[in-house]
Amino acid sequence: MEQTLTEKILARAAGKKEVSPGELINAKIDMALGNDLTAPVAIREFEKIGVEKVFDRARLALIPDHFVPNKDIQSAALAEILRRFARQQKIVHYYEVGRMGIEHALLPELGLTLPGELIVGADSHTCTYGALGAFATGVGSTDLAAVMATGELWFRVPPTIRIIFHGQLPRWLGGKDLILYTIGQLGVDGARYAALEFCGPVIEKLGMDARLTIANMAIEAGAKAGLIAPDEITLAYLEGRAQRPYTALYGDAGAPVAREFNWDVSDLEPQVALPSSPANTRPVSAVAGTAVDQVVIGSCTNGRIDDLRQAAAILKGRRVHPRVRLIVIPATQAIYLQALQEGLLETFIQAQAAVSTPTCGPCLGGHMGILAAGEVAVATTNRNFTGRMGHRASRVYLAGPAVAAAAAVAGEIMHPAALREVN
Amino acid sequence: MRTFQGKVWVFGDDIDTDAILPARYMNSPDPKELAKHCMEDADPDFMKKMSPGDIIVAGKNFGCGSSREHAPLAIKEAGIACVIAGSFARIFYRNALNIGLPILESPAAAASLAAGSTAEVNLQTGEITDLAGGHKFSAAAFPPFMQELIAQGGLINFVKGKV
Ligand code: SF4
Repeated sequence: MEQTLTEKILARAAGKKEVSPGELINAKIDMALGNDLTAPVAIREFEKIGVEKVFDRARLALIPDHFVPNKDIQSAALAEILRRFARQQKIVHYYEVGRMGIEHALLPELGLTLPGELIVGADSHTCTYGALGAFATGVGSTDLAAVMATGELWFRVPPTIRIIFHGQLPRWLGGKDLILYTIGQLGVDGARYAALEFCGPVIEKLGMDARLTIANMAIEAGAKAGLIAPDEITLAYLEGRAQRPYTALYGDAGAPVAREFNWDVSDLEPQVALPSSPANTRPVSAVAGTAVDQVVIGSCTNGRIDDLRQAAAILKGRRVHPRVRLIVIPATQAIYLQALQEGLLETFIQAQAAVSTPTCGPCLGGHMGILAAGEVAVATTNRNFTGRMGHRASRVYLAGPAVAAAAAVAGEIMHPAALREVN
Repeated sequence: MRTFQGKVWVFGDDIDTDAILPARYMNSPDPKELAKHCMEDADPDFMKKMSPGDIIVAGKNFGCGSSREHAPLAIKEAGIACVIAGSFARIFYRNALNIGLPILESPAAAASLAAGSTAEVNLQTGEITDLAGGHKFSAAAFPPFMQELIAQGGLINFVKGKV
């Protein structure tokens, strides 16, 4: 029987020849992840199990990124739980402030998430690593505790939904527009329990940063994972980066899938998700003119170097609108440094943006840019639920870095191409 | 045999984890602290109005969004006896079972139970009765593996038995 990429990976991890959708399996985990919010709960549960050591101290990454640098005394206590546990267990991949980054940007950058692997993380955007041809999925803290103790976890094999993008992606569009369009088409539960597999000529031309953006938001359509088969671009990215040997897996061409969508994106406009759902997606022209108080460029979705380059291309020689606060957050220290070396940080600061050390910060309404009642933000993040970035009565529009940077300059939402005419 | 009755609180479709437990309260992992803010961004007065033993009824895709176990923990610690929904988001479903929060999937019950009514729930059989009109609904049964997980009191006990 022909198998999809998802089925191939899960079968390998479960030590089986093949698996089929709906089947319950117990599988070996190649890499597991926890952060400063979810790992303290997992550590509490791990200690109840009564084993002394984690299953493999090189296969558990603990990343403080949500509320660090510590935003208050309580979050300092959470970070301390993580730090103490990491020291006590001699966790290899623990990254302190100054060395850290947002987990889903940091792990691929460090070569810790590899093709063909089964990866779980106590964070819903763990699905990001599917961009490298891994099966990666978010779990809860108790699940993570079980993995920490045994290195294994139960799964139900999901059906696969295949998305094929055809045509030529227009200028100003990127991975964010493709995934927002997908979520808009499927709805927030359109891929519930399923694995999304992205392919086709448009995907094949995208760089890794854009692919990571796409896989990152698979969860926003309810999916268990979002996968892109590895190709030369993937392998080149992993060259000199991969920290373990790996075996790339590929789906069979004729493997049956639950659903398949074919979309031509040649005429697609930049996409924006309106408050308060990532599926509430419209072409940018539908919301052009919406006044904006704050713009955030960053997060595990769009805080990578390509995203910063796109934003800088628009901000170069321009100023942030007097009514707007622009906050730029490179997702990792390495990205921060590269942005410095490429002169992007200078562009941001000249444009009067605030540039911050890596943190999740405003993405989840933690710190570094909380919205007051009635305020409107454009953010390159992944969720715009009620209250996500601050007060219940604040509103968040999700977009890619080009639309976000254009909004920062114009003070209102507009097509990045229209900015050229305005200035 | 776990049968209980509870007052029904009704919520809509796609209730996300930011509405169930806003991230601004996640600087504490203490379930008691979390419970104080249960459902706050869906209904700011929920914790003032509800009583332990009550039942949450919601539409489709309950618990979508983040993986935070803090969300089902807050509901459990608040004293909610069970959540009945049209469907559950995947990670929430796992988390609820793993921590022992009873959840029942029944689109028919979710569509018909009215706010303020009283429902009777039998967790063993998955039978839900609307005591107002006497209508009975049956929730989807758990696969055998999940039943074993629940019988052992959640994932931690299940793992304890294995290591
Ligand atoms: S950047 Fe936002 S979505 Fe990504 S891990 Fe951090 S809080 Fe979650």
